[in-house]
Amino acid sequence: MQDSGIKTSILQGLSAAWPICLGYIPIGLAFGVLAQKTGLHPLEIMLMSILVFAGSSQFIAVSMLSTGAGVVSIIITTFAVNLRHLLMSSSLAVFLGNTTRKKLSLFAYGVTDESFAVNHNRFSRNNWSLDQALVVNHTANIAWVISSVIGGYSGRFIHEGAFGIDYALTAMFICLLIFQLKGRFYVITAIIAGVTAVILSLIIPGSSYIVLASIFAATTVLGIKKWRLR
Amino acid sequence: MEVTVIHQKVVWAILGMGLVTYVPRWFPLVLLSRRTLPQWLVAWLDLIPAAILSALLLPELVTSGMPRHMSLWQPELWVALPTFIFALKTKSLGGTVVIGMALFWLAQSII
Repeated sequence: MQDSGIKTSILQGLSAAWPICLGYIPIGLAFGVLAQKTGLHPLEIMLMSILVFAGSSQFIAVSMLSTGAGVVSIIITTFAVNLRHLLMSSSLAVFLGNTTRKKLSLFAYGVTDESFAVNHNRFSRNNWSLDQALVVNHTANIAWVISSVIGGYSGRFIHEGAFGIDYALTAMFICLLIFQLKGRFYVITAIIAGVTAVILSLIIPGSSYIVLASIFAATTVLGIKKWRLR
Repeated sequence: MEVTVIHQKVVWAILGMGLVTYVPRWFPLVLLSRRTLPQWLVAWLDLIPAAILSALLLPELVTSGMPRHMSLWQPELWVALPTFIFALKTKSLGGTVVIGMALFWLAQSII
């Protein structure tokens, strides 16, 4: 009984995770190639993919290393780029009341843009548990670590742009966004966030536009909702 | 044979990166999950996924380069339209990823 429950959780988690893996594998390979070119040892690539597990910040860190940037500035940049996870974990916390701190700490490790969106969508439809969410996170993590190490060993054996792999995550975000458009106010939020993000991304360097635009949009729409209810 | 070494600097950078990435992922989960949140905060957090996904997506579609500039004639944007419609009709994440990749590949080979 217990065993079949675990088995079901694993299968459900895997079926939710495979699109994420499809997106991570080419990007992991590309990261590994780039890191290896910069002079990182495959062990360093593996260590980074295991300990950091955040794609864009890993790309940025490698390019900073190649320009001779200092350790402290790399760490500060990583913090800024990954601060958006603060919002994602806050948003997931709403669904995770009945669970141990140990499991939460394990789950926190795998919160990425993609796993967050997939898990949040399932949690909000009330057919998801932390076990299945953990399977999603760790499957995606394994795909990321293995593909980045393979990239680090093999150099470029997938030529750039093949099979449209550069578009995998963008297509994933399109579908995940549609899952979130559950009503008028969500659509308004998405429009405000998107337009604000475009404008901010043009005028401020770095990736802080993601967090700023999201906070601005959610706050504005919450304000509109409150004002209409009065 | 190429000689590669493990650099101490890189290891320190990775350890620091790991720490500053993990803490923002972990802190809200343990802080917020065990308490009853005020209604407005729950409503606000409920809007965050739509906001973040849109803020991640839209600049990728309509801007390019470093520093970023507007770029409306790139395949990223035009492939997004049929991909969007496909996702809307099917609600299939895996299918959308495959279709989006195929269309983008096609668009790049035409251009």
